[in-house]
Amino acid sequence: MTTVSQAPPPSALHRMRRRLRGRPSRTGGQAFRLVLLLAFVLIFLIPVYVLVVTSFKPLSEADPSTAWSLPRTWTLDGWKAAWDNLAPALWNSVRLAVPGSIISTILGSLNGFVLSKWRFPGADVVYTLFLFGMFIPYQAVMIPLVQLMTSAHLIGDISGLILAHVVYGIPICTLIFRNYYASIPRELTEAARVDGAGMLRTYASVILPNSAPAAAVTLIWQFTSMWNDFLFAVFLTGPNTWPATVRLNNIAGSMVVPYSQQMAAALLASIPTLLVYLLLGRFFMRGLMAGALKG
Amino acid sequence: MRRARTWLPGLLLVSPSIVAIGVFVYGLIGWNLKVAMSSWHTVISPQRFVGLENLSKLWGEARWDLAVRHAVIFTVAFVGGAMLLGWVLALLLDKKVRAEGGFQAIYLFPMAVSFIAAGIVWRWLMNPAPAERASGLNLLFDRIGLGFLANDWWQNRSWGMAAMAIPAVWQMGGYVMALFLAGLRGVSEDLREAARVDGCTEWQVYSKVVIPQLRPVTFAALIILGHISLKVFDLIVAISGKQIITDVPAVYMWAMVFDAHDFAKGAAIATYILLAVALLIIPYLVFVVRTERQA
Repeated sequence: MTTVSQAPPPSALHRMRRRLRGRPSRTGGQAFRLVLLLAFVLIFLIPVYVLVVTSFKPLSEADPSTAWSLPRTWTLDGWKAAWDNLAPALWNSVRLAVPGSIISTILGSLNGFVLSKWRFPGADVVYTLFLFGMFIPYQAVMIPLVQLMTSAHLIGDISGLILAHVVYGIPICTLIFRNYYASIPRELTEAARVDGAGMLRTYASVILPNSAPAAAVTLIWQFTSMWNDFLFAVFLTGPNTWPATVRLNNIAGSMVVPYSQQMAAALLASIPTLLVYLLLGRFFMRGLMAGALKG
Repeated sequence: MRRARTWLPGLLLVSPSIVAIGVFVYGLIGWNLKVAMSSWHTVISPQRFVGLENLSKLWGEARWDLAVRHAVIFTVAFVGGAMLLGWVLALLLDKKVRAEGGFQAIYLFPMAVSFIAAGIVWRWLMNPAPAERASGLNLLFDRIGLGFLANDWWQNRSWGMAAMAIPAVWQMGGYVMALFLAGLRGVSEDLREAARVDGCTEWQVYSKVVIPQLRPVTFAALIILGHISLKVFDLIVAISGKQIITDVPAVYMWAMVFDAHDFAKGAAIATYILLAVALLIIPYLVFVVRTERQA
């Protein structure tokens, strides 16, 4: 009797067994793994080193022979020039990505709610048709989209670009919210329904208060993809409304812009998404997983 | 079937999105097809129906054949490289490693950066200049005694597109790692332990128990990478612009629309990109929807 009650739980047993068996080789293997992991870290960070180091170099050190050394004199000239060049485009990106990701999230939440908790006949078909929209190459709609936007006088306008991103973002946002809401117990919505709450009341009282985690995922996902998008922007905007990516590509494409300024501009344009990633990486990961339809 | 009064509000709430997806995804795909089958070859040319002429005329045209060849080389190098890198990183991180979160964050951060910003630094790194004018990675290789690795990167006439895949592998390797890591963690420790107790070596545990369970994750990763690869556009534009030597269908389409104003031809190219993606995605969606129904 006592022996039974004192037997360690299975998981502890695993740990014990493993410790007994693998000890000596384990520490060696672990060190080897750590060395490999650190080597990969070095390789992954090479581009970052180049970006940072080059961005602080003065023009006089632009020689290829010193390409990999630290700047002898650190200067902010490259950053200043890059800021002057890029600031209006960065502002355009903000005007695109902030409202765009908020609208996407609202739409995703409403769609996800209906498709998981307030279903109508054919809801599965609608969902599958949405999913295909997530994967289409946007080239396949670009020419007619430009025609459509032109006739709606939205070409060269930020609101046209927002519209495009919001519409083509519907599938992924719906998917994320639908999968998330599926984990809310059916009894909760049913109880609200029995209490006589209509659809919107049920949404507002049961679903909406539980939406924060999924909303974080879609906000981050949509913000990042709108901020980093180049394809829609290059087709739908003009010089005054270019977001940071298009402006950045023009800066880099011009042969007269020194590398220090190019690298500083690339860093400037990446800072917002990198910050989002560093601060909210957990949610970013969930968005990535949803992209693989893993919920 | 529930009464319409209960489900109708749900349908109404989703209907704006249904209309938007219907028009912007399926409507515009149809419209693009119509353009692809028209004679709209200059801004002012009449838009007569010409059937499949534009689509069939592409084959045998030197630039198109080259673009397709490039896309194939890029896809093989990118998908293969990212799968291998992601798989290795996931295996290295699978068993408890100190500072695992930190490693993951470093391998994943390139995903938060736009292809345009990454392209700026990778173009610098993959500078083909030889010998005393060498810079970028070629110079680094020379300095650390790996001079034989120096090469002309994406400007190599036959295999340059494989070099073009390096930045893409850098960006997406961490994503594949995250997918595999989630998959590996999903294989229960009890199952692995049972195999060990039955006398399996650690290698056999992986090859006989773990890897077969990772088939869905592998499938998902291949599809995601494959469809990104077929659409590749930003990265190429950022690194080489519109040079023929790195032409892919998406860049060719852009050149046709923007520079040549040959909308019919651009639409025909876009149709082929869509077809390639659809061949990959539709079986995957069928698979996903079916497994979801079974669950």
